[in-house]
Amino acid sequence: MPTRGAADSLSFQDLILTLQRYWGAQGCVLLQPYDMEMGAGTFHPATVLRALGPDAWRAAYVQPCRRPTDGRYGENPNRLGAYYQFQVVLKPSPDDLQDLYLGSLREIGIDPLKHDIRFVEDDWESPTLGAWGLGWEVWCDGMEVTQFTYFQQVGGFECKPVTGELTYGLERLAMYIQGVDNVFDLRFNDADVSYGDVFLENEVEMSAYNFEVANTEALFDLFRKAAGECERCLDAKLPIPAYEQAIKASHVFNTLQARGVISVAERQAYIGRVRDLAKAACGAWLERASG
Amino acid sequence: MADFLLELLSEEIPARMQAKARNDLARLFAESVSAAGLKTGAVDVHSTPRRLVLIARDAADATEASREELKGPRTGAPAQALEGFLRKTGLTQEQLEERDGVYFAVIARDGRVAAEVLAEAVRQIIADFPWPKSMRWGDGSQRWVRPLHGIVAMLGDAIVPVEIDDIASGATTVGHRFHHPGPITVGGASDYAEKLRACHVIVDQAEREALIRDGAARAAADAGLTLLEDEGLVVENAGLTEWPVPLVGRFDADYLDVPREVIVLTMRTNQKYFACTAADGGLAPAFVCVANIAANDGGAAIAQGNARVLAARLADARFFWEQDVKVPLEEQAKKLDGIVFHEKLGTVADKVERVAKLARWLVEEGIVKADADQVERAARLAKADLVTGMVGEFPELQGVIGGYLAEAQGEPKVVAEAIRDHYKPVGQGDDVPTSPVTVAVSLADKVDSLVGFFQFDEKPTGSKDPFALRRAGLGILGLILENKIRVSMRDLITAAAHPGGADAGRDVATFLIERLKVQQKEAGVRHDMIDAVVAVETGGDNVRMAKRVKALQCFVETEDGTNLLVAYKRAANILKKEKWDAPGVMTSEDEQGIPQTGEEDPLVLVDDPIVGAAIAEMASGEAGADLPEEKALIAALDAAEPKASAAIEAEVFTGAMAALATLRAPIDTFFDKVTVNDSDAAKREHRLNLLLRFRDAVNQVADFSRIEG
Repeated sequence: MPTRGAADSLSFQDLILTLQRYWGAQGCVLLQPYDMEMGAGTFHPATVLRALGPDAWRAAYVQPCRRPTDGRYGENPNRLGAYYQFQVVLKPSPDDLQDLYLGSLREIGIDPLKHDIRFVEDDWESPTLGAWGLGWEVWCDGMEVTQFTYFQQVGGFECKPVTGELTYGLERLAMYIQGVDNVFDLRFNDADVSYGDVFLENEVEMSAYNFEVANTEALFDLFRKAAGECERCLDAKLPIPAYEQAIKASHVFNTLQARGVISVAERQAYIGRVRDLAKAACGAWLERASG
Repeated sequence: MADFLLELLSEEIPARMQAKARNDLARLFAESVSAAGLKTGAVDVHSTPRRLVLIARDAADATEASREELKGPRTGAPAQALEGFLRKTGLTQEQLEERDGVYFAVIARDGRVAAEVLAEAVRQIIADFPWPKSMRWGDGSQRWVRPLHGIVAMLGDAIVPVEIDDIASGATTVGHRFHHPGPITVGGASDYAEKLRACHVIVDQAEREALIRDGAARAAADAGLTLLEDEGLVVENAGLTEWPVPLVGRFDADYLDVPREVIVLTMRTNQKYFACTAADGGLAPAFVCVANIAANDGGAAIAQGNARVLAARLADARFFWEQDVKVPLEEQAKKLDGIVFHEKLGTVADKVERVAKLARWLVEEGIVKADADQVERAARLAKADLVTGMVGEFPELQGVIGGYLAEAQGEPKVVAEAIRDHYKPVGQGDDVPTSPVTVAVSLADKVDSLVGFFQFDEKPTGSKDPFALRRAGLGILGLILENKIRVSMRDLITAAAHPGGADAGRDVATFLIERLKVQQKEAGVRHDMIDAVVAVETGGDNVRMAKRVKALQCFVETEDGTNLLVAYKRAANILKKEKWDAPGVMTSEDEQGIPQTGEEDPLVLVDDPIVGAAIAEMASGEAGADLPEEKALIAALDAAEPKASAAIEAEVFTGAMAALATLRAPIDTFFDKVTVNDSDAAKREHRLNLLLRFRDAVNQVADFSRIEG
């Protein structure tokens, strides 16, 4: 483990490459990010849809995540409105999943006899996906570096077999490995490009858009249209496009939240609407898979 | 005889579930082996994050053979009776024995070897384990709290064979996840704990807790600090580690600007760290974390890493704090109309409006002595922190944050204090506020909730109390009794009533009396004493009631009291037996007794001097008294009644009890010497009236018929 600022620690991009190589060697399909806005890597159809049904599946991918309410105009050293997750799904979850995971930590330079790795209870639930699972947040010296979950239900359907899901928070992990206190100071590559060089302006502008500029009328309209489109796809028995529209509705809802135009009372209703769409898409996917 | 060892190895069990899991393990094991008739000695249970362990000493080698005979129906009984018996015993008709025209089922059980019974116990334990939440994994259907990986089941040094969902029992387990990840073979219960200790696993949670408790205190002391003791954290950290190593870390002293509670809470809930204080008692910029390894660099990297994580969290907390301080609470309060308090009771802003009015009313009525404007101000700002970033991050700091913000924004100290403490007391044992401004706001807040929820039929039922109304009730009583607030509950409930709701006055009053019984029980006050006083106290002034209850219980527990109670019950029984319950003869001014004159409105006649005199004479029982014991009782009543009345009026309840005590000797002598049921009807009537007067005189102080014993 390099000390703070040491140049021999993994750069942000090498961290990704190392994880990809490691999980690729475990038989994972290495996918590219899904080309839609989403709040977490879990939303990717390679996790949600593939967690349903009987077929075995192993995949790993980076997914850009957008959390409009977490934006801080690039002023907070730890919070970002857009960031990256490295997502691994293994179905059925293998018996040695914890060991495989710890192997990946060693691979990126974390020595578990020098650093305190802990599995701390954290049950995962996604109200908008109708999904839940049991597992932990994995701590490295008190820092949450990974969400580790055994899916029990997705879209309201039982997961049989069970998918094991690992979600690495890439920026946090990189900050830890590089010994950096401000996310924008991360070395993105070994050619002197920082995370801030790549994304600071993005954070500033997107925060302004999400908090101040986004046209809420247009967003409400988008939400309705995505929901309507989802239903049309369901009628046409097209689960994948239906699910995409549910993802779209979910992201629009997140942006409306950031704009502060959804009251507490309405919030549940919107979450319920997205959940119904996602559940219906999952149901259609299962039906198609079994039919 | 041999010792039995069971280890269930799994992925990390949530720390908060381990204590219950140990109890459940012991219980299920005991149930299973005792049902099978296997005797064992002492049973110990242990847990670590990855294992549940049970060791049963001196298990018998086998169960004893048994023979049980069950008597069934007669041979000639209807077919249904026989069918029922066969179902119950699980036998066929041919297997039954017939003797003297009666069926018998003989159920013989052979003795079973211990290993067989224990294997069955393991299967049952795993199948029936009541985890609060359990899960499936892989492609199996077995459920456990997290994936189950191994079963060590050994009787003496022999493996007890059992297989569950592809996991076969054995003598092999693993050591510490990082120090000794490979397999280790144990010889049985005898060397299990020591073998694991050699592999960096301390099996017993109590030992780990002691290591953490002492180690954390020592680590802090070595750094010149004092550990803020926290037993909850000790237990939690013991549930997160197999090899606990306390380490001291530090954070930037600049963060000490953030409210102390926020720092301690961040460390505690988010990071499981202990806080430390410096020599001056103030919070020190340091913490103690508990690692799960003996790190190869002595823990330097771990302490440093944890310090960085904490710094990031504190930076976040400070960000929220700085944002929140900038916005006056008055501004924040305006946003409360966006938070629904309850569907029927409106928004939090609506609640604040009601509480402000009620709190002001408490002051204007002279019930709480405080500055009305300060009280109203505190009430209007009390909930404003609910919309702050800080409370959004740390909901359990509601009130505390508001108090800090109010102080930082220049509110008077008493107002800030009222905002901070108005949720108190939270449950029995919590400090009850005594500052008048706080008392007014806290009382108004709780009464508003209690009355409102009752009016809209959201009463607690059974184990369900979603709005914590029982706690609110106890809080109300705590505030009233602690601060000796003189208020009739009837008036208070009326003042708090929501115009749109149903009338819930009686229900709330009854509910509060039940709470009073709960609350007073801890102080050793009997519930029947409360009933006896409540029956004669109609206004619902709790302070007065509590005083009266206390005096009553003291009195009833004296010799005079005990004897008077006996005499009272005797008098009451006679009156009941004779159905002599002329509605209360008037014995005092405020008693609404109605003399039986047969007239439509007898009270009109009381004003008639002749009738009045006759009634007075009848009421005194003087007329027709011929025995000295009767006269003595009458004289005692004549003396005691006005004394008791005056004492009650003056709230000198011990005086009222003393007045009653003077009746004890005369009533005892009366019962000794006087025959109530005299053959002379006039004497009988007169003596019954005298008993009635005695009963009513006692009832004036408390309804003794409700006292048990």
